[in-house]
Amino acid sequence: MIPNPIIFAPLLGAALLLFAWSCYRRLSLVACGAQDDRLSNPVGRVRAALQFAFGQKKVLSRPFGVNHAVIFWAFLALAVANGDFLLHGAFPGISLSLLPPAMYGALAFVFDLASLFALLAVGSAVVRRIVSPPFAGARTGEAFVILGMIALLMLVFFGMHGAEIALGTETASGYMPVSRYLAVMLSAFTPADLHTIIVISWWIHAVVLLAFMNYLPYSKHMHILTAIPNCFFRNLNQSNTQPREEFIEGKRFGVGSVDEFTWKDLLDSVSCTECGRCQTVCPAALTGKSLNPRQVVHDIKTNLFRNAKQLKNGKGPLLPLIGDAAEGTSSEETLWSCTTCGACMEACPVLIEQMPKIVKMRRHLVEMEASFPVELINLFENIEGRSNPWGIAPSERSKWCSTLEVKPFEAGKTEYLFYVGCAGAFDSRQKQVTVALAAILDAAGVSWGILGRDEMCCGDSLRRLGNEFAFDRLARENVQMLKERGVTKILTHCPHCFSTLKNDYLQYGLELEVIHHTELINQLMKDGKLKLNREVTELGTVLYHDSCYLGRHNDVYQAPREVIATVTGQPAAEFTRNLNSSFCCGAGGGRMWLEEQSGTRINRERAREALGAQPDTICVSCPYCMTMFGDALKDEGATEVKVKDIAEVVAEGLR
Amino acid sequence: MRVITCIKQVPDTTQVKIDPVTNTLVRDGIPFIINPYDVHAIEESLRLKDRFGLHTTALSMGPPNAEAALKRALALGMDDAVLLSDRAFGGADTLSTSNVLATAIKKLSQDRPLGLVICGKQTIDGDTAQVGPGIAVRLGLSQLTLVDRIESLDFLANRIRVRRKLEGRYEIVEARLPAMITVVREINQPRYPTVPMRMQAGKSPITVWDNETLKLDTNTIGLKGSPTWVSKIFSPERDKGEMLGDGLSDPVGSTRLLMERLLAHDLLTA
Repeated sequence: MIPNPIIFAPLLGAALLLFAWSCYRRLSLVACGAQDDRLSNPVGRVRAALQFAFGQKKVLSRPFGVNHAVIFWAFLALAVANGDFLLHGAFPGISLSLLPPAMYGALAFVFDLASLFALLAVGSAVVRRIVSPPFAGARTGEAFVILGMIALLMLVFFGMHGAEIALGTETASGYMPVSRYLAVMLSAFTPADLHTIIVISWWIHAVVLLAFMNYLPYSKHMHILTAIPNCFFRNLNQSNTQPREEFIEGKRFGVGSVDEFTWKDLLDSVSCTECGRCQTVCPAALTGKSLNPRQVVHDIKTNLFRNAKQLKNGKGPLLPLIGDAAEGTSSEETLWSCTTCGACMEACPVLIEQMPKIVKMRRHLVEMEASFPVELINLFENIEGRSNPWGIAPSERSKWCSTLEVKPFEAGKTEYLFYVGCAGAFDSRQKQVTVALAAILDAAGVSWGILGRDEMCCGDSLRRLGNEFAFDRLARENVQMLKERGVTKILTHCPHCFSTLKNDYLQYGLELEVIHHTELINQLMKDGKLKLNREVTELGTVLYHDSCYLGRHNDVYQAPREVIATVTGQPAAEFTRNLNSSFCCGAGGGRMWLEEQSGTRINRERAREALGAQPDTICVSCPYCMTMFGDALKDEGATEVKVKDIAEVVAEGLR
Repeated sequence: MRVITCIKQVPDTTQVKIDPVTNTLVRDGIPFIINPYDVHAIEESLRLKDRFGLHTTALSMGPPNAEAALKRALALGMDDAVLLSDRAFGGADTLSTSNVLATAIKKLSQDRPLGLVICGKQTIDGDTAQVGPGIAVRLGLSQLTLVDRIESLDFLANRIRVRRKLEGRYEIVEARLPAMITVVREINQPRYPTVPMRMQAGKSPITVWDNETLKLDTNTIGLKGSPTWVSKIFSPERDKGEMLGDGLSDPVGSTRLLMERLLAHDLLTA
């Protein structure tokens, strides 16, 4: 039943042209972004698209995700139905109904059920948004308009097919249980009325479909078009490893205007559908800071669109990217609030890279404007001048072992370079961890040595804070030294050193085995090399906290848990938010060196969560977490709870 | 109008050790930094540049490697930099140093009138605080030391008003220009260089003047012109410290011990 191809064909043509033009307008803006190679490893990319887009892997990781997955899969099926609908409307000679009856019947069956499921899913999405929205502010008119349009499409689909079946003109009526059920209800109508129902349904379907299509490029529902490519173009490297910058004169550094983002950053911004999952896991957003990762991405998109005219004309953007102007700009305070914990990226169903964008904008602030919280001047100068955050003389680096017998690293003779790290060498609390680890290594007969006063800072804080220039110098020096000294295996007990040496230095051509002490201890115990003298029971309930840079950024989750279970004889107690959903201690991303002035303190939020599990000991595997928990427990008046590094827990068993 | 900032490249003294045998400074591998007070002097002149559009010049006397300090000054935004370097200047005390610096300042003032000379209050290696005043006296400049705030600067009336930070009190002083001021840390928060400025400074040539340029009597410069010499450097003997209690297992107890000790020595009043 085709109402009128003479009217519809030009309408379809016009709608398709308009849609193509809108997509071009939007995507040509995305193309204004800087270069970024996202084509390497096509197999991995196809896998990512299959897993995350078609498989809806992250979408399904949350309870309500199944609702979206149903809509997504229904849309895939209905894309065929709607393609057929539009083509048939303009060219009546083309139709799926001309296929062999069994084949057409099977398709009709799928379309009929998909429409029902989509309708149910849309209905529950509407209810959810009213009753318990995913985040405050999610009850937008736009969301309801879109849901309403989808629901309407499904309803008229049934109206159309139900009436056709009632009229007896639907050849696949036997395969359409839902439409047939409706047909029974419509059977009271006269053929003329049924015909009217079909025509009205058809036109509503046609108009809503074309309107929906043309609305997409201008709404957050652009993700329907961009999410699949966005997953394909994902970052296949370690997510927290920011790209290197080339320091050539005349270049601009970092991202200070929207066209300095890469095209992938801009594609990210138009792929965000504002589901809000990132903001419900962001430690800054959850403790009342101005940072909200969803808003940062949204502001980038807004900035891009508002500056469209200037960018098309090859001029600089008018609306600033960083500043205090309302929509479309991120404030400096927002950018400095990020702990680079990566929870946002872990949560994002379409693999948007929120955190690296923040670091890129920090780079602009530090490198081009020298504008940053005043606390950082000392940090930068201390690391640049004395290669440690506190500005302590490098000659003090091996003081922690002044009463021990520790050998310097010698290529060929020593197996592991124990990279003590700044905290391990200078922080009085962390020095106890260093000593504990040294005792463990000796007890297990590991061949290890240190660089002593020649060890330098790895530069983690510099890089996360956007001081790439200083990081670059430090990284070059470190890589050169590690190569010259013939180091092949590095042991660290700081996840920040660990991640930097392992992932970031890869960009500088340093490929060696970097191992975190949780992994080495676990391995030594499994191999029977490290034998404990007793089971450690006096620490009571041991609650393990996943460090972001060990867990989320490097996937080390099981080793520390196995160690705790072996040493204490019982599995570690767990936080509610644990493993890849772990909640940052608040010190990553250089936040260790910054005052936390707005909102509540992140470490206290995490400490309160810990106290809920009633631990006797909180076990950490990172010097920053150690400091943050120590401080927070004092603030919470819970000093009876001990904070211990995993090395200290193990060392207890050697006594 | 020119504002000249005198800076010195010094060894990072927190990293300097005294050789117990020879009683000399062990400088091997010790990095050099700009004397920290001089960093505040640079910052203050940059702020004057921002406010009044003054031409800022960094001036230093030292070995050729002192270029690094001047490059840092350029990276921070100084307009130009002059290094006074000659073997004949070596071994100088504050008397001959101020002689060389004053001569260079006079030379610099020929093409652009001098408004202000800014120095750090003292260096962290010599700790004499004499070079700034020495320059002021030689050039007949108003001498304003220990400044923690420039209250006002009026180039039409040729007046400067500053606040001096003295022990336990402040002093507001007004003087005529040109003046020499020495600054304390509290005067400002130094800035951090941008990367383009750093890269540009790295390439910019530093003007180097030797004694052929300054034409000073060799009896008034370097070792010969220095009546002061250092006969010995040593670390003062210090009484050994003492561990009070076991702070780790009994923090309250050790705090009590500490309080008792402080009270006993009359360092706390109950």
